[in-house]
Amino acid sequence: MQHSKTLDTLVGLFVASGIVAFLFLSMQVSNLSTFVEPEGYLVSARFDNVGGLKVKSPVTVAGVRIGRISAISFDAQQFQAVVKMRIEKKYNCLPDDSSASIFTAGLLGEQYVSLEPGGSEDCLKNGSEIDITQSALVLEEIIGQFLFKKAGESH
Amino acid sequence: MLYVLQQLGNVTLQRLTKLGRGTFFLLHVLTGISDILRRPGLLVRQLFSVGVLTFLIITLSGLFVGMVLGLQGYYTLSDFGAEESLGVMVATSLVRELGPVVSALLFAGRAGSALTAEIGLMKATEQLSGMEMMAVDPVKRIIAPRFFAGLISMPLLAALFSMIGVLGGQMVGVGLLGVDDGAFWSQMQAKLDFSDDILNGIIKSIVFGFVASWIALFEGYDAVPTSEGVSRATTRTVVNSAFATLGLDFILTALMFGDH
Repeated sequence: MQHSKTLDTLVGLFVASGIVAFLFLSMQVSNLSTFVEPEGYLVSARFDNVGGLKVKSPVTVAGVRIGRISAISFDAQQFQAVVKMRIEKKYNCLPDDSSASIFTAGLLGEQYVSLEPGGSEDCLKNGSEIDITQSALVLEEIIGQFLFKKAGESH
Repeated sequence: MLYVLQQLGNVTLQRLTKLGRGTFFLLHVLTGISDILRRPGLLVRQLFSVGVLTFLIITLSGLFVGMVLGLQGYYTLSDFGAEESLGVMVATSLVRELGPVVSALLFAGRAGSALTAEIGLMKATEQLSGMEMMAVDPVKRIIAPRFFAGLISMPLLAALFSMIGVLGGQMVGVGLLGVDDGAFWSQMQAKLDFSDDILNGIIKSIVFGFVASWIALFEGYDAVPTSEGVSRATTRTVVNSAFATLGLDFILTALMFGDH
């Protein structure tokens, strides 16, 4: 087989299409495009139970994603989970008495943090803490409470 | 009884010496990288016959595998009202497993067997010995470019397979069955991780490319130089590559996704 321009072109096309496929997989199929977070500020909140919340889970207000969870840690003094979330810079004036709850998307979906705006004039800033929180609902606890109540009624 | 033991020992020793020959052969091939850097034209020519000619079978198979996944996944997922997860299912299975594995199997069948037959025939017609007589190292000149062409082509082919497969799944799921296009992509992007899924898939395909090219070239180089020997070597290439791919896939999967 002679070394020719056509050969070079075909091989070049092959390699280029392979690279395009790789880029497609990284940008369109996986989460790399959402990986590069827009700049934002960090806000923390304490929960008694975070359930199945994970790093990179969404933070929403009124169902719209405004940021992501950036870290989850455990405070050994107060026995609470400390959740740090990064909120996008353009949402820079959320009331500082907003409350945070952990909800589940659908019956078996992933868990996310929902912020409920309060009425305060002051804004949440980098490093501020959300005081009013509601923990994740754990299915076993609810079933347990329900059974306990039923048992109480029957006596 | 003694005879059986003798046979067992004989077989074991033969396998071990073959493994040893294969390892030395591989080391020899790897030293050929300096020759390739000096003459990239050799590599380009092999990229054509190993990669470009395998392109069509990979894209067609990827398309159909993706379409079948879309169809079957839809039937099962719609029972649970979870059609929107179709994208996640199709993409995860393609990127993690089917992309690297099926394209490695096709690669062994399409390119590996051709490599074995080519090298085996070169050996049978004494072209390799002829080169040695001219003080040209046939392993560096003939085999190393083919090896590195296989090593480079495999991840590209696997990425292509996965991409075409995802598009095929989208075509069937969104186009024919009416899954929501936005949910198809957004759920996929939310669930698939770049380093966990995409990169691990690529690593798998590099390993498979390495092993499949090694087996194909070694079987050709080690073939009995007769027409029967070459035909046996070709068969062994396909069978051994398939075993190696599937076995290694299990080990790699256990290592990569084991801690979830």
